[in-house]
Amino acid sequence: MAKRTFRIWRGDVKGGDFEEFQEEVSEGMVVLDMIHRIQAKQATDLAVRWNCKAGKCGSCSVEINGKPRLACMTRMNIFGPDETITVQPLKTFPVIKDLVCDVSWNYKQNRRIRPFKPKPKGEDGQHRMYQDDVDRVQEFRKCIECYLCQTVCHILRDRDKQDEFIGPRFMIRVAGLEMNPLDDDDRVPELKKEYGSGMCNITRCCTEVCPEHIGITDNGIIPMKERVVDRFYDPVVWITSKLTGKPLKRTTKAEDDAAGGKTRDDR
Amino acid sequence: MDVSELQTFEHDVLVIGAGGAGLRAAIQCSARGLNTGVISKSLLGKAHTVMAEGGMAAALGNVDSRDNWKVHFRDTMRGGKFLNVWRMAELHAKQAPARVRELEEWGAVFDRTKDGLISQRNFGGHRYPRLAHVGDRTGLELIRSLQDHGIHQGIHFHMECTALGLLKDGDRIAGVVGYWRETGRFVVFKAPAVILATGGAGKAWRVTSNSWEYSGDGLALALHAGAELMDVEFTQFHPTGMVWPPSVRGTLVTEGVRGDGGILKNKDGDRFMFKYIPAKFAAETADTVEEAERWLEGDKKARRPPELLTRDEVARSITAEIKAGRGSPHGGVFLDIASRRPADFIKRKLPSMYHQFKELAEVDITKEPMEVGPTLHYFMGGIRVDAESQMTKVPGLFACGECGAGLHGANRLGGNSLSDLIVFGKLAGDGAAEYIKGMGNSPTTDAGQIESIIRGATDLLNRESGENPYVLMDELQDLMSRCVGIVRTGEELQEGVDELEKLSKKVAKVKAHGASQYNPGWHTAIDLQSLLMVSQAVTRAALMREESRGAHTRNDFPGERDEWLKYNVVIRKAADGTLDVEKVERPPAPANLSEIANAKIEDLESGKVGKDA
Ligand SMILES: Cc1cc2nc3c(=O)[nH]c(=O)nc-3n(C[C@H](O)[C@H](O)[C@H](O)COP(=O)(O)OP(=O)(O)OC[C@H]3O[C@@H](n4cnc5c(N)ncnc54)[C@H](O)[C@@H]3O)c2cc1C
Ligand code: SF4
Ligand code: SF4
Ligand code: FES
Repeated sequence: MAKRTFRIWRGDVKGGDFEEFQEEVSEGMVVLDMIHRIQAKQATDLAVRWNCKAGKCGSCSVEINGKPRLACMTRMNIFGPDETITVQPLKTFPVIKDLVCDVSWNYKQNRRIRPFKPKPKGEDGQHRMYQDDVDRVQEFRKCIECYLCQTVCHILRDRDKQDEFIGPRFMIRVAGLEMNPLDDDDRVPELKKEYGSGMCNITRCCTEVCPEHIGITDNGIIPMKERVVDRFYDPVVWITSKLTGKPLKRTTKAEDDAAGGKTRDDR
Repeated sequence: MDVSELQTFEHDVLVIGAGGAGLRAAIQCSARGLNTGVISKSLLGKAHTVMAEGGMAAALGNVDSRDNWKVHFRDTMRGGKFLNVWRMAELHAKQAPARVRELEEWGAVFDRTKDGLISQRNFGGHRYPRLAHVGDRTGLELIRSLQDHGIHQGIHFHMECTALGLLKDGDRIAGVVGYWRETGRFVVFKAPAVILATGGAGKAWRVTSNSWEYSGDGLALALHAGAELMDVEFTQFHPTGMVWPPSVRGTLVTEGVRGDGGILKNKDGDRFMFKYIPAKFAAETADTVEEAERWLEGDKKARRPPELLTRDEVARSITAEIKAGRGSPHGGVFLDIASRRPADFIKRKLPSMYHQFKELAEVDITKEPMEVGPTLHYFMGGIRVDAESQMTKVPGLFACGECGAGLHGANRLGGNSLSDLIVFGKLAGDGAAEYIKGMGNSPTTDAGQIESIIRGATDLLNRESGENPYVLMDELQDLMSRCVGIVRTGEELQEGVDELEKLSKKVAKVKAHGASQYNPGWHTAIDLQSLLMVSQAVTRAALMREESRGAHTRNDFPGERDEWLKYNVVIRKAADGTLDVEKVERPPAPANLSEIANAKIEDLESGKVGKDA
């Protein structure tokens, strides 16, 4: 098979540039194979992250010809015969070296989300929930944390705003908890006040790039936004909840803690 | 070098590895009140565990109420050809259900039965549907549940940090030296207890389901520190890896395909597994297509189809078919689920297989059969530990998960690894907590040891010239695939030993170019050192075991030899740096357990055997 031309970004935080490589492509290869071939033969210190080589771990996220993709799932035969293939690190996060960037910001966002809190078990000592009730939650749990959605979200691309919005990956993490039939916590006030759910203007760019085909916007973000609206802006829902059963809170845990354990709503 | 200037962390326990075993161990350490650190070569959530597909085995009895720990234990022992450490197989079968249910408390969302309980699927060697699963991405569910729970337990995670060497104070463990991939800088962890949870060493073979991370670091670290390896001749070849296109050769095709009804055929369309049913499993395996079909339809009286024999049997049968010229066009056999199950069933139960074949091979598995062949998958052997505490011979050094030895004997049953991780991960955490409780004064680290470990790594960068690490990695994979394959002979193994000796001379001169910051060439050069040592251990152990048992098949010594059931092959590092390989007698089998493992299944189920166990 023929030689192909690759332009691969090389450098670190201090700066860098594209370097051109020619390399032989064989049948069935993906872009990650080519990067490895270049690494083995021409640039032994070319940095790239990978693990499973089968779209399961979300390590190999890069931008290929301007599009955020998994390098291990991008077949070489999708490119035209003379097309040059340009590979660069994700633009939204600071580069470490070559194709590797610092995604630690995402791990920090995850920590901000209160973890799953189980309801008590049934009398037989078992938790019961039904497949129909968990299908949606399982859809969100397919996430491989490749952060491609985080990368394309225009809010996060503007790094100054990164403190205001946790991003699509973590919106569906919250959705997966809120929709879990066994979860006994409430993160709706946080969604609005801490996680920045109002910032998303439903462009659906995140959904388009998700390699797991998760309906991030329609199945996750929009229902979460609706819960926020119901809670904060719908007086009927709010009053009924105060009169019946479990009151729906409008304060976050942080606000409650600051108020000495009492919720502001109660005061 | 001024060692006192190095970045230093102090923990009660340092866990090396953030797969299922490492995370579960860390959660336990933290629950026991220990200051716990975790390091891992890759980012959190990306370890091998994330790739596991089919499920985790636990006798919950949700799908077939006849299941219980005794049947699981019996299956595990039979699958392991009775070489398993009895007590470990017992602990595993007894504790797996509680560990799986606990995951649900931490947010795992398994597939459900009609009654709303955790669903369980069939797998090779398991008598009943036993694998709790989430479609074919169970490992992702496991690692994410542990990760999302773990990050709120006060554990210190140090990501992309690789352990280079263990520090000792006399006999005892005192800490770890590592380097950050991001900067290439070195770091010291002072810790009186270290838990190894580093996984296997499959990267020594060309066709493998394992990634770059599986370079056997934990095994090598343990050897250098004075601990022992055991059973490393038993390397599992999973029967079904992808064979085409070449760049994905070896990528795993889950056993769940067969568990959910998939069958194996040769190029003549023959369902060949019926020809290969070994006498030992004949009583419990369907011998006609008709009976196998009834089993698939849920007839509880029908016996299991031969496609669900243990992995060693299926992998050898496939190899035999291919050798006899009845293979598929790209040198595998056919795995067919398309003609067995409707497309929507396949997409729901095996979504990632569907995706994987569609994207990587342009094959629609709901319409066409897959081409598959054996791929190096798993290390049954590993670091030798005490069954109760998971401690190695070195005080303060523990091991759990794939890098540990004992549970699986000569062959692992599918699904028994994920359950292994959570059962023995927890026990290792408990073991470490107990050790620290009983420990006298704290160990101190030694500057000389630290310096020499660091020099070992920097030499690879600083030397003037030398061999390309990728080329040497390639040579090693060639050598191991050729000499230590699925069917072995003494002659080839001896050749392997000799060739490895020659290769080790080259590896000693490997040179990494560039700087130390995020430099995969350097990382590969470092990994090669462990991988080579483990390869030598495997080859020499395989040469010593003169019989065929489980995953270890010797053409020159066919069949199991009773004599060899009495021994494990144990390996340690001698004072001169070479490996000592030795036959070590096993303790006698506990009578109550032996009775259960050897019982007829009817007697076990009716309660005639094993009643008070
Ligand atoms: C494709 C595939 C499918 C599988 N499917 C199943 C299945 O369905 N059911 C089942 O039971 N089993 C399955 N297995 C096997 C099972 O997944 C593994 O055996 C298991 O996940 C190993 O877990 P672990 O915690 O021991 O190690 P891993 O999950 O591999 O984690 C090892 C950790 O150690 C770290 N590490 C290694 N060396 C160092 C070092 N020097 N310094 C610092 N950190 C280090 C790594 O970075 C990583 O974090 C499958 C395996 C594969 C590859
Ligand atoms: S839909 Fe919302 S979260 Fe997704 S990319 Fe657009 S703004 Fe970002
Ligand atoms: S939601 Fe999709 S795109 Fe975003 S991190 Fe998860 S898998 Fe990747
Ligand atoms: S290497 Fe795992 S997703 Fe690409």
